[in-house]
Amino acid sequence: MKEGQHDQHIKKYGMVIDLDKCTGCGACMVACMQENNIPFQKDETDKMLSITWLRVFKLDNGKPYPDTDICYLPRPCMHCSGIGEHGHSPCVSVCPATATDYSMETGIVSQIYTRCFGCRYCMAACPYHVRHFNWWDPVWPSGMERSLNPNVSVRMRGVVEKCNFCFQRYQIAKEKAFTEGRTEIEEHEYQPACVEACPANAITFGDLLNPKHKVYKLKQDPRAFRLLEKLHTNPKVYYLSSREWVREAGDNYIENEKVDVEPKKH
Amino acid sequence: MSASQEKAKEVSAKASDGGAGIVFIFFIVGLVVSLLVGWVLFPKVLYCQKEQPFDFNHALHNEMVLDGCQSCHFFRNDGTYSGAPKLNQCIECHTDVQGITKDEEIFVNEYVRNNREVPWLVYSRQPDCVFFSHAAHVLAGEMQCKTCHGHIGNSTSLPVYEYNIITGYSRNIWGHNISGIKKNTWDRMKMDDCAECHRENNVKQYSVQTKKGPCFVCHK
Repeated sequence: MKEGQHDQHIKKYGMVIDLDKCTGCGACMVACMQENNIPFQKDETDKMLSITWLRVFKLDNGKPYPDTDICYLPRPCMHCSGIGEHGHSPCVSVCPATATDYSMETGIVSQIYTRCFGCRYCMAACPYHVRHFNWWDPVWPSGMERSLNPNVSVRMRGVVEKCNFCFQRYQIAKEKAFTEGRTEIEEHEYQPACVEACPANAITFGDLLNPKHKVYKLKQDPRAFRLLEKLHTNPKVYYLSSREWVREAGDNYIENEKVDVEPKKH
Repeated sequence: MSASQEKAKEVSAKASDGGAGIVFIFFIVGLVVSLLVGWVLFPKVLYCQKEQPFDFNHALHNEMVLDGCQSCHFFRNDGTYSGAPKLNQCIECHTDVQGITKDEEIFVNEYVRNNREVPWLVYSRQPDCVFFSHAAHVLAGEMQCKTCHGHIGNSTSLPVYEYNIITGYSRNIWGHNISGIKKNTWDRMKMDDCAECHRENNVKQYSVQTKKGPCFVCHK
C-alpha cells in the first residue's frame, strides 16, 4: 500500500493484558502450546532450549518482607510496528530470508517456517526474546500426534518460530464471514487461544484502530504501559498495572541511565 | 627440417583434423542423449503413477445434479470446504448399483456395502504448510472452479494420478509440462501461480518486506 493512502480494511490487532488481574496460573501458556502445536522435550528445565511462544514471567520489587510484592507478566510476541507504523520491526528488518514479514493489513508479524533457514538473526534482534529456535525435530509422545491442530503446520529442526496471535483463527473467522456474505469479521470471532483460556479475563484482544473494540479504550487507560518503550519498537501489546514499580519495570532502566525525553506515540 | 620430420607433421595434422570431427560427433550424440534423458526419461523416473480406486465420470454426474459443482463439493456452514465427497453423500443415491458400469459396481460392492470411505487420490493436494480458503476465492472472489481445476467437471474419466517420488506431491502441482510452461491458468498449482494471480488482481499486497502479498496470506 502506498504511504498516506487510507484503507478501511487496515487493522492493527493488539492485546491489552491487565497485570492486576493476572494470577500467574499459566493457563494461557498451556492453551498456546496446544493451539500452536508447540513441541516440548522430556526435560524442559533449560529455558534457553525450550520453546514457549507465550511465557509468564514473575517479577518482584526486590524489597524485603513485609514490603515485598510480586507480579506475573505474560509475554507474547509484541508485534512491533515501529514509530510511524512503517512495519520494520527489529526482526523483520534483519531477516535475510524474508521469512518474517509485517503485514499492513493486520499488523501481525508473521513467521514462515518453510522459508526460514535458521540463521537466528531475528532472535538476536528481538529485544523481547519472543523468538525460539527448534534445536530438534519435534517428537510427540505416542498417540499425541492425533491431538495436533490441523490448521497449524508443525515446525522442523533448524527454524525459528514465535507467537503470531493465532493467525489461523483469523483465517478461519474470515472463511466463515465469507460464507455468510460478509467481508469483515466481528471482534469475538477472532480471539487467540490465550485470551480464551485466561480464567481471570486478564487478556483482551482486538483491533487497536477500531473504536468499537475493547482494546481501543483499554490502551488509553492511565495504567497502560508497554515493554521497553524507550526502544521505539512501538509494540502492539499493552499492559495495565496500578502499581508504579511494575510500570517502571516495563522500561527496565539501569541505574543512572539517560532517560529519553521523546514523547510517546501510540 | 628433415623430410621425415615434415612427413610426421603432416600425419599429425591429418590426425587432428579427423580427431576434431570425432569429438564434434561425440558432442552432438552426447547432447542428444542428455536432452533425451532430461526431457523424456527423467520425467518418467521422477513421477510414479497410481491408480484411483475406481474411475469416476464427472460429466455424467454433472448432468444429474441441480447445483453444478457445489452439489457435491460444497461449503459447510462454518466456512470450511468439504472437498471430495464422503461416502455419506454418495449413498444418498448409490445404495444399490444403478447403472451398468463396472466402476459403480466396485464402488457399491467394496465401499458402500462395507461402509468404507473411498481413498481418493487428490490431484490438487497442497503441502502441509499451505493455507487455502475456497470460501475466499469462490464466495468472496467470485472465481470459477475451472480457473484452478480446469475442465474436470466435464471429464468422463479420471486422469492418471502421478506423484513426484522425491516430494510425494501430485504432478498437477508442478504441471505436466516438465519445463514449467503453462498455457492455461489450471496447468500448474505452484506458489508462483497463486502469487501471479494475487498480484494481477491486487489481492492484499500488504507486505512490508516484499511490497507484494504477505506470505501469511497462504502459508501457515
